[in-house]
Amino acid sequence: MLAGIAIVFFALPFAGILWRVPWSRFWDVLSAEATRRALWLSLQTSVMAAALCLVFGVPLAWVLARVNFPGRRAVRALCTLSMVLPPVVGGVALFFSFGRRGLFGRWLDAWFGIQLPFSTAAVVMAQTFVAMPFLVLTVEAALRQHDARLDDAARTLGGTRWYVFRRVTLPMVRPALVAGAVLAWARALGEFGATITFAGNSPGNTQTMPLAIYLSLESDPEAALVLSVVMIAVSFGVLMGLRDRWLGEVQSA
Amino acid sequence: MTVNADFGVDFPSFTLALALHVEPGEVVALLGPNGAGKSTALRALAGLRPVDRGSVSVAGMVVDDPVANVLVPPEHRSVGVVFQDYLLFPHLSALENVAFGLRARGGGAAGARTTAREWLGRVGMAEFVDRKPSQLSGGQAQRVALARALAFRPSLLLLDEPLAALDAATRGDVRRDLRRHLDGFEGATVFVTHDPVDAYALADRVVVIEDGAIVQQGTLAEVAAHPRSRYVAELVGINLLGGSVRDDVLTTPSGGEVVVVDTPDGDAFAAIRPQSISLHLQHPEGSQRNVWRLTVADIDQQHDRVRVRLQGDVPLVAEITPAALTSMGFHPGADVWAAVKATEITTYPR
Repeated sequence: MLAGIAIVFFALPFAGILWRVPWSRFWDVLSAEATRRALWLSLQTSVMAAALCLVFGVPLAWVLARVNFPGRRAVRALCTLSMVLPPVVGGVALFFSFGRRGLFGRWLDAWFGIQLPFSTAAVVMAQTFVAMPFLVLTVEAALRQHDARLDDAARTLGGTRWYVFRRVTLPMVRPALVAGAVLAWARALGEFGATITFAGNSPGNTQTMPLAIYLSLESDPEAALVLSVVMIAVSFGVLMGLRDRWLGEVQSA
Repeated sequence: MTVNADFGVDFPSFTLALALHVEPGEVVALLGPNGAGKSTALRALAGLRPVDRGSVSVAGMVVDDPVANVLVPPEHRSVGVVFQDYLLFPHLSALENVAFGLRARGGGAAGARTTAREWLGRVGMAEFVDRKPSQLSGGQAQRVALARALAFRPSLLLLDEPLAALDAATRGDVRRDLRRHLDGFEGATVFVTHDPVDAYALADRVVVIEDGAIVQQGTLAEVAAHPRSRYVAELVGINLLGGSVRDDVLTTPSGGEVVVVDTPDGDAFAAIRPQSISLHLQHPEGSQRNVWRLTVADIDQQHDRVRVRLQGDVPLVAEITPAALTSMGFHPGADVWAAVKATEITTYPR
């Protein structure tokens, strides 16, 4: 009964959107220049953010799971803070550290002439900042569950640490790796608060789909509905694929 | 391919100290109760646990010596390991499991697979090359693990309780095959077990470890004939009494007296086979020099014999026939007379 209420609670808002969507204008809105640019920018930046999450998040997860060092709990809390923080706060933090007058930003500007805020790079940074914890936590949990004695066995067979990581550890945590990457990507795709605070809202440059939706809500609510449906479809598709992937792995194990 | 090890490993609760010399082709069993440090010894030899003092050398190469600052990682030692629950890689087929060591050591994938296929054939697993470990029975997994450990031709083979995970039905077969493969292996072999049957079937020599130290070593026959600890005595099913001898009488710490023959004065062990002890309801009239009044603690009835554990000044286990038990009809808690001839007791210095 309670579960039924929960399901209805999740289903109703989407029904509400779908009911109001102006299907006759669907293709017009989708094919508009501004929409295409926002969609393309969203895809580009979220994929890059997911890639960055993998490159830095997997080693971080490994360290958190396998290396015993003082303050590990504090480091884990720090690295996953952005997951529970309001994204706007993350954006503010990024702005005041990497902005032109920020703690590090002023050096980036003075030494390299790099100005991060209000650039596409800033979008990717903001997305990576909020998305990486999803990957780190997922992969860390999998690494903890992974039987380290298998790695020992592989070492005695002649595998170096890197070889063992590549041929034993990584393949065994792959389901978690895929899940973590997809979660991080979806989180990056939906990123709004940190992006608008740190990267601003410049069409084609920093205006991602969530920003475009929010702004068109003022000017053209129907367009906002269409864009929302696209986001819902993409996210729903990803989650469906993810569930199947998980279940498939569980069954074959 | 000789193995020379003399090392110590420290733990918060105990210290393992082990001196071991194994010749090529020789099979040594580390025998001991759980927690004695046997598996730690294997981990130290494999390089998975650095030693805290002493040194380990395999095939003439020092692989671990903290004083000389030498620590060769496991992947650069020539040591194959069969782990207790085999630890086959679950995501790889039997073939890829066996080929793993050859590929990790720089062999080409195709050549490694050919060699792996040969090894799987050698251990009787030719039909199972494509199976995943989850599709193998315990005995099959053990064979794959053995092939995996031997395929890269290590100088030293380590096996941690190689038969413990198997059920009784497959155990005999796997043990016999393992014996055959160990006979054909030219390197040194060290295996850990707590089962004297495995040690008897597989090992040339037995090293008994208790509480992190060697208590006894030699052939199993030597060890069984002269046990030097309660653990070994119980393992081989013999009564062991320690005490000091004076004028052919051994006095135990609890004050029991045992008449022995031709034993020099001083600290000694007395070993008494359970079969040589007779039990009586009345004081026996025979020629036995040793007669004790003891209390029956418990009775363990096996199919063709009965083991009776006795408590008193001279705690013993006696073995009698079911018929004898029926005719005497005693129960735990009863007092009985136990008798044994002095000439039936083996003594040796402590």
